[in-house]
Amino acid sequence: MTALTVPGRPAEDASPRPVPWRRMAWVTWRQHRAALAGVAALLGGWAVYLWLAGSAAYHAYAGVTACHPASAIACVEILNTFDYTYGDPALHAAVLLQVVPALIGAFTGAPVLARELETGTFRYAWTLAFGRWRWALAKLVLLAVAVAAAAGAFGLLFSWFFRPFFADGHQTPFAPELFDLRPVALAAWTLAAFAIGALAGLLIRRVVPAIAATLAGYAALAFAAGLYLRQHYAAPLLTTAPDVPGSAWVMSQWWTRGGRFAFGHPSNDLLMRLCPSPGPYKQPLATVSQCLAQHGYTQWTSYQPVSRFWSFQWIEGGWLLVLSVLLIATTIWLVRRRAA
Amino acid sequence: MCPPPAAGTLAAMNVIETNGLGKRYGGTWALRECTLAIPAGHVAALVGPNGAGKTTLLNLAVGLAAPTAGAVTVLGSQPAGSPAALDGIAFVAQDAPLYRNLPAADLLHLTRNLSRRFDQSYARARLDDLGIPLNRKAGKLSGGQQSQLALTLALARRPRLLVLDEPVAMLDPVARQDFMGTVLTAAAADGVSVLLSSHVLPELERVASYLVLLSRGRVQVTGQVAALLAARQLASLEELALTYLREDSVEVTR
Repeated sequence: MTALTVPGRPAEDASPRPVPWRRMAWVTWRQHRAALAGVAALLGGWAVYLWLAGSAAYHAYAGVTACHPASAIACVEILNTFDYTYGDPALHAAVLLQVVPALIGAFTGAPVLARELETGTFRYAWTLAFGRWRWALAKLVLLAVAVAAAAGAFGLLFSWFFRPFFADGHQTPFAPELFDLRPVALAAWTLAAFAIGALAGLLIRRVVPAIAATLAGYAALAFAAGLYLRQHYAAPLLTTAPDVPGSAWVMSQWWTRGGRFAFGHPSNDLLMRLCPSPGPYKQPLATVSQCLAQHGYTQWTSYQPVSRFWSFQWIEGGWLLVLSVLLIATTIWLVRRRAA
Repeated sequence: MCPPPAAGTLAAMNVIETNGLGKRYGGTWALRECTLAIPAGHVAALVGPNGAGKTTLLNLAVGLAAPTAGAVTVLGSQPAGSPAALDGIAFVAQDAPLYRNLPAADLLHLTRNLSRRFDQSYARARLDDLGIPLNRKAGKLSGGQQSQLALTLALARRPRLLVLDEPVAMLDPVARQDFMGTVLTAAAADGVSVLLSSHVLPELERVASYLVLLSRGRVQVTGQVAALLAARQLASLEELALTYLREDSVEVTR
């Protein structure tokens, strides 16, 4: 057997200096570098695509802006071709990218505690001198900052990528599949997914179910925010102008007559009576509106103007940040008091 | 139920001291009304059948679990799980849970980063002695090597108290011998107090100088092995444990 002995100890003290925080940097990196590499690969792959597709779109869009006058049939043709060739794939890419924050959060956040609890290694990590709540705090903050920063940077690239498709003013940046890919919202949503994952991992204590729960929780939160919450960040503007810009986010439209609500949409009967179509085709909306206006109807539109886009980004980023901090704080508190 | 700490040991520091300690999981008490004091300088054996509450007591002592009732202090009167307690106690949990995907060298570095003291040269020399390659992942080591690696990591932290939960249960006889040899060296040469749990009694015969016998969540007997043997005129720790456990009419695992 070995003759090695343990060297003598320095004098004992009752309240030792804590182990420095910076020591967790290497530990966190070493234990989670595979997950971080996965994030880098996912975002990197998409970044290459956005860069290539974006460069081609910028080049083609130069042709659109060079065409004068813009109302000429040839120029409209070029714009339509641009929208068809580049705009549609860009929207499809945006739809696919919706899962990115959820995936990052689930695969980096959920295993942080779930893997330790599932394999029993928490008995090792939590009985070292660093201390378990400090261990949890350092790990979660480092990883949260890393994934949120990566997502924010990717959001900047996406903003650049999509700029030509906003330029003609027909696409609203409030569209749900676009809003949460812009830098502030994307960073915040990724952070929230990570925080959900960390707490789910601690509560469920197994990696795969925790990942599934994170994806489900994230999806529920994202749908609730997009469908019910976001429109209430500011009171919508009201206008009777018939031509609300296409970049605005239209909440609802209705008609009044003599100061009283008339209807949401004009019925076919009413249109047949007041504004019959001269031909077999449906009339353009503007013509119908003009005709109804001549009969004393007023069209009202409530909408969020595009000028509010960035304040909406920061409002969403703000509450998601607060939520994430609360989730992470709860996780750390549970780690601290949890009876193993 | 639980006898008071043996007289004459109160002057020395107690590595573990419990007072009316209890832990309930759901509706069942895993440990209850446990009052004991283990003085420093012993290799203390925590003995009892499976499910007696050994792991629960150890988890309470290292601060992994919080008591439902009573209190536990370690290393004098440090609260279990406090910074000073974590600093002075090295714990090797059952089945030596290590990060299986990390090479031995990275486990050394990780432990060093998360500890106030870490004797890197001691750890490297011991792994060299044991023939454990530094670049080998922990999950690829044999059971005996994993246990030795976990023990090396624990001793390199230069603890005042080494807590081992069923350290040899999964090991073959040769590996058991080697493992216990290392523990005894640390205890004898470096004055490390040891508390180890086991349901394999013959293994403890050579090493234990202090006994805590648990059964069905309660302390049956505690005290220095020599004194307990003399009082009952018994020859071995095994006989002693069996005597008490039979009195409690509980089958002990041999």
